[in-house]
Amino acid sequence: MMADLSVIIGGLALRNPVMTASGTFGYGLEFEDFVDLSQLGGIVVKGTTLKPREGNPYPRMAETASGMLNCVGLQNKGVDYFCEHIYPQVKNLPTNVIVNVSGSTIDDYAETASRIAELECIPAIELNISCPNVRQGGMAFGVTCEGASSVVKAVRKAYPKTLIVKLSPNVTDIAEIARAVESEGADSVSLINTLMGMAIDAEKRKRILSIGTGGLSGPAVKPVALRMVYQVARAVKIPVVGLGGIMTAVDAVEFLLAGATAVEIGTANFIDPSVTMKIVRGIKEYLDRHGFQSVRDIIGALEE
Amino acid sequence: MKKIIDLRVTLSERVGAQCVLLKAKPVEGRLPECKPGQFAQLRVDNPETFLRRPISIHDVEGDEISFLVQEVGKGTSWLCSLKEGDLLNAVLPLGNGFTLPCAKSTCPSLLIGGGVGVAPLLFLGKRLREQGVKPTFLLGARSKAQLIRLDAFREIGDVFVTTEDGSEGERGFVTQHSLFTSHSSPLSFIYTCGPMPMMRAVAKLARERGIECELSLENRMACGVGACLCCVEELADGHNHCVCTEGPVFDARKIIDN
Repeated sequence: MMADLSVIIGGLALRNPVMTASGTFGYGLEFEDFVDLSQLGGIVVKGTTLKPREGNPYPRMAETASGMLNCVGLQNKGVDYFCEHIYPQVKNLPTNVIVNVSGSTIDDYAETASRIAELECIPAIELNISCPNVRQGGMAFGVTCEGASSVVKAVRKAYPKTLIVKLSPNVTDIAEIARAVESEGADSVSLINTLMGMAIDAEKRKRILSIGTGGLSGPAVKPVALRMVYQVARAVKIPVVGLGGIMTAVDAVEFLLAGATAVEIGTANFIDPSVTMKIVRGIKEYLDRHGFQSVRDIIGALEE
Repeated sequence: MKKIIDLRVTLSERVGAQCVLLKAKPVEGRLPECKPGQFAQLRVDNPETFLRRPISIHDVEGDEISFLVQEVGKGTSWLCSLKEGDLLNAVLPLGNGFTLPCAKSTCPSLLIGGGVGVAPLLFLGKRLREQGVKPTFLLGARSKAQLIRLDAFREIGDVFVTTEDGSEGERGFVTQHSLFTSHSSPLSFIYTCGPMPMMRAVAKLARERGIECELSLENRMACGVGACLCCVEELADGHNHCVCTEGPVFDARKIIDN
């Protein structure tokens, strides 16, 4: 028996629920030696902003117990560069290519989204209102219902294709934010972005990261992510994309059971660059072992 | 082509004060083609660490690859504790590698290493020799105990040594060695790897004398393949560049001099 792995996110048909998380998989090209991209549901490419951004100074990374902190700060060459130089390289990749869009102002977000909307082979964007590493915009929009609503409202007008909104876990009630973006017309929400954290070098009595704080990712955040995906999936009708510390197929299945329709694999790509394909295979094995004919049968299918 | 490959440790030997020479062969299949200056991301199976560790390729002989690992933290300590027969998972080869001069070049090259930074210079020296370029090594360390594998370097070329305490070779830093004050034969190329202050001093000296110079950086990395942008170095053009894919080897003129 071969289980059906296909799922739908807004107008986006995925051959399986496994995607890659923005900022952990480059533009996909970096992983072509390790992964057959045609076996993935989709890839979410690096955060793109209207204007080029240098990001934060080095050091940008600190290893932690079961995870890592980063404060890259959205380094990218801007949407013009993406459209002219990167899009031609990624448009024919054999999977869904989703662009993560970020910005400092509402107009930035809307304009970047409308530029990406013109690219025929990009079927969706993931709106990043949850980057903890930039001073203006980013997470500032994602931590209040008003902020989140105003960005999504503007982008929804500018962007007709599938709109996924990536939520911050650095909030009191993530379900409330999810409902706010749903009511402004988001097709899906993805969660969680990284959790704000800090690393200190006791010997030097200094904070390790250049800007002092960073976003925590990896297995350390998985229980928090699972809880939030569970809460959000019960609060909204739109599909939820779950991410946060997924290292194995069983981790991915847990997110699907918590109510996610699809998952994104992030930091795990650094430990095993071929992990995404293993997760696809593992989900299939799980479904076969439990006699499910479709992956859709396990979405939110927790026993009481 | 980059590969994720299981290696089996064929040798683990203490060399110098805090270093281990690890040799390993693929469990199955061939080692992909590697160039001097490239590195591997070695997996650390220790619950106290999480990420792979980027380690320079020290040597390649047939299908046997060598690494020099200095114990600086929990990850490298784990790697140093590996024994003959243990498995080691590697992603390799990564990064750009050193520029090998064209075959016509007969001018000598100077390979300057500091501390464990000598690691990639052995592999580089061997390749230079295969091309008919005689390498000269200038190796620096704090003291005699920190000098690593001098005999292996001596098999390939002339070796000069400096130590900060004068316990071996000339006393002082590599840039103070008499090679640079005596009127020896002209140099066509300097390759350097070691602590950043040393490499900056070497780069400055090369610039002043109009010698081509490449240096190898070792910024803290997460992915090693250009995806996460954690390991960036701000270069003289004012932009942040990925050390793992645009480097780790850079033309010394691109490095900010401070």
